[in-house]
This record gives sequence, C-alpha cells and structure tokens, in this order.
Amino acid sequence: MDLTRRILLGGGAAAAASLALAACGGGSEDPPVEEVDPSAFPEGSTMARLAEAGAITIGTKFDQPLFGQAGPDGDPVGFDVEIGKIIAGKLGIAPENIEWLETVSANREPFIEGGQVDLVVATYTINDTRKEVVDFAGPYYIAGQALMVAADNDTITGEDSIAGTKVCSVEGSTPAEYIATNHPDAELVTFDTYSKCVVELNNGQIDAVTTDNVILAGFVAADKENLKMAGDGATFTEEPYGIGLKKGDDDFRAFINDTLEESFEDGSWAAAWESTAGTVLPTPDPPAVDRY
Amino acid sequence: MDHLFEQRSAIWDAFLTTLSLAGISGLLALVLGTVLAGMRVSPFLPLRVIATGYTEFLRNTPLTIVFFFYVFVTPSMGFSFSYKVAAVIALTCYTAAFVAEAVRSGINSVAPGQAEAARSLGMSFGQNLGLVVLPQAFRTAIPPLISVFIALVKNTSVAGAFSVLELFALSKRLTNAYSADVITILIGIALCYLVICIPLGRVAAALERKAVFGR
Repeated sequence: MDLTRRILLGGGAAAAASLALAACGGGSEDPPVEEVDPSAFPEGSTMARLAEAGAITIGTKFDQPLFGQAGPDGDPVGFDVEIGKIIAGKLGIAPENIEWLETVSANREPFIEGGQVDLVVATYTINDTRKEVVDFAGPYYIAGQALMVAADNDTITGEDSIAGTKVCSVEGSTPAEYIATNHPDAELVTFDTYSKCVVELNNGQIDAVTTDNVILAGFVAADKENLKMAGDGATFTEEPYGIGLKKGDDDFRAFINDTLEESFEDGSWAAAWESTAGTVLPTPDPPAVDRY
Repeated sequence: MDHLFEQRSAIWDAFLTTLSLAGISGLLALVLGTVLAGMRVSPFLPLRVIATGYTEFLRNTPLTIVFFFYVFVTPSMGFSFSYKVAAVIALTCYTAAFVAEAVRSGINSVAPGQAEAARSLGMSFGQNLGLVVLPQAFRTAIPPLISVFIALVKNTSVAGAFSVLELFALSKRLTNAYSADVITILIGIALCYLVICIPLGRVAAALERKAVFGR
C-alpha cells in the first residue's frame, strides 16, 4: 500500500512537472505593451475609447497557415495576429485582453460596418471596391498571387504555362476571379478551403493550386517532399495586405499608420515576421504605408 | 441590386445547375429509395439486411462526408468522376435513404388486408408490392416525400463546396466581388431557392388533394 502510494505520487509529480515544462516551450515573445494614459489620445477618438476599455476586438483568419491559424486552444497565431498585438500594445492593451473573432473573407466588411470588430487584420487585400465601404491602414505586407504544383511537375512554371491545365483555388476568392477573368483557357476548379485543393493536387486530379504566395508557402513547408512553388515562387499580381477599419475614422487610421511605421523602424515588425511567416519565407523589406 | 441584374446570366446558369442537380438526384433517389423500401419489407432476409444497413448508414452520415467520399476517396479506389457527377451520386445516395424511410412508412400505412388479399389471389411478392401496395403507399407517403425533396434542393448547396458552380458557390463569388452588397446578394440567392421550393410545396398540396379524392 505504502509503496504503491509513493509510486503514484511520484508519477503524478513527474507528470505535472513535464506538463509545466511543455507549457513553457514554443511560445514567441509577445510585443511590448506600453503603459498608456487614455487621456493622451484626442477626446472621443477610437483610441481613447479602446485604451479606456482596456480591450479590443480584432477580426482575423483562423485557417491561414503563417498568418492567422487557430491552434487547438482556439486562439489564432500568425503574422496578422502579431501585427494586431503590436497595435493593441500601443493602445495599452495586453494580448490577453484582445478578443479574436474569426472573419472569413465574406464577412470582413459587414463586421467592420456593423461594429462587431474594431479592426480586421486578416490577409485583407486593399482595393478600391473595398475602399468604398471600409478604410485601410497600411499596407503592412505585400503578397502576390503564385502557383503551387506537385514536386515533380516542371511543365507549369508560371502564369503563362497554365493554359489547358486544371488550376484550383477557393470559391469566391480574388485569385480565383483573376484566373477566371485573365486565363479562360485554364480550367478553374474551386472548393471552399485550400486544404481540399491540396488533397486534389496530391491525388493528381488537378495540376496547380493558386492563391497568395504566403498561403502556398505554408502548405509547401508542411509537405516539402510532394509540393513546390512553380517558377521558384514567382508572383504575378500584387496583393497589399492592409488593416481594415471603419470608414471615415481618419484619426484611428492615422494612429495605426503611425504605429506601423514605428514598428517598421524599431524592429518589432521584423521580429513579428521572423517568429511566424519568417520560419518559412525570407524576411522582406517593410512596405511603404499608404496615407490616402 | 444593380449587381444582381448585371450578373443575371451567371445567376441563371447557377440556378439551372441547382435545378438540374436537385432534379436528377431527386429522380434517381426516388427510384433507388423505392427499391430499398421494397427490399426492407421483403420476405428475403439478406435483402432486408442490406436495405436496413444502407438506410441506417446513410441517414446518419452527414452529407458533407458522403461528398468527401465520392470526391476525394473514390479516385484512389480507381473511380474518377467529374465533380458534377460525383455531386449527383452523393446527393442520390444520401436522399435515397430518406426516400426509403418515407416510402416504408407509406407501405406500413396500407391496411394489411390488402397484402393478404393479394397473396390469397396468388400474386408473387413483386406483383403484390408493385400492383397493390405501392400505389396506395405512395399516396400516404407524399407529404414526407415532398419534405425530403425540398431538403434535397437545399442540400445541393453542399455541392458548392466541391467545385460545382451552383447558387451557393455563386453567392460566395458575388459577395467577394461586390463586398458592399453582401446582404442584397444573399437575399437574392435565397429568393432563387424559394423559387424552386415554393412550387414544390404547391405541387405537394395539389397531389395530396388528388390522393384524398382517390381514397
């Protein structure tokens, strides 16, 4: 009895210790949270409201590797998430007080307009149609559309070699629309998630997957033996990722642009990249912020 | 609203795709489901086991998983279908299970005296079922069957996630292209579904009235 009890206690202690150690490893350093006085912001501005509340709701993707992907505990991790933390830090809001809401592509504008989120950082490409309903701060990264093929495919090397092949993307996405409009000679196959495209590529039912290069890089990194970027990752469009916010909130937009420019200079942007997408992609130069 | 009008040919094509998916799968499911119901009530045990197994399995499997099987798994087994064909097969297999149960409830509602009289006249099981019981069973089975077909029309939206450009997939494309008009576009697409489902309901009401008369 005594020996069994001792063994059980010892085993339990060892298990608890190893769990505690496991929880320690693998997390990246969160960006610094400043001590911010809400009255430092203009009276009535969004920044003052958020700093006083001490909490912010940010919409992000939960299914994009490297940029916004929800882990088993439900919280997203990725470059978009880190950018969100940098902005929240400048408002004096700690990462634990950020509420992350999943914004799939179709509900980014409705959520901003309806006020369900204060910001959207979700691989959100800036374009003029969207500028009619929301405002954009940034860009904070310039992605481009690219192609991913099977590792042994040498016939598809870029945009010019997809005629007559089957190209897969997500239904309703900008890359899918680009292929449908500019390459009617390529057969467009669409699913509702990129992972289904990857399954079909591995099954040999389609020839290439197309979307933003960073999303493809995440898939290639997970399966380097069977997948590769076509044409060494050459991109054929420019997709500037911006931070979506409510239309007309110029003070908040200027504040975010200032925060982004500071992060480009003081290295926190590069650190955010290196801890997330930088594990797979080289660190680019920070883009120029567009204050329109 | 203007966007919906601009895209009317795309919406029309998607509407026809939804209609054809629902129509073809519905007809095939009706045939398969009736056969399964007949198997379920037959005196031959292996047929009963097969039919019961099929119905239990497919009624309790989510439609998305059935789609997954026919789109992603069957190619590695050697059968490669085009996405539309795979959609029709998946929808047929899934709906047939529900049709079988609806028809079986109709069969059970026919007075046992009918089947006994047919047997005493020397009719085989097939003649009994086909000439005496099923015609009466269908009259009772019409309301649940129409419900199953209305559900089928809405289930065709699952095909949108598997590379078939029907109304739901088109709604995703349009909401991405015209992000300022998401609500209008979704209402427009929902109306297209109603255009198919409401007449189905009217047909059901008309058929029921005819059946009541027939009794």
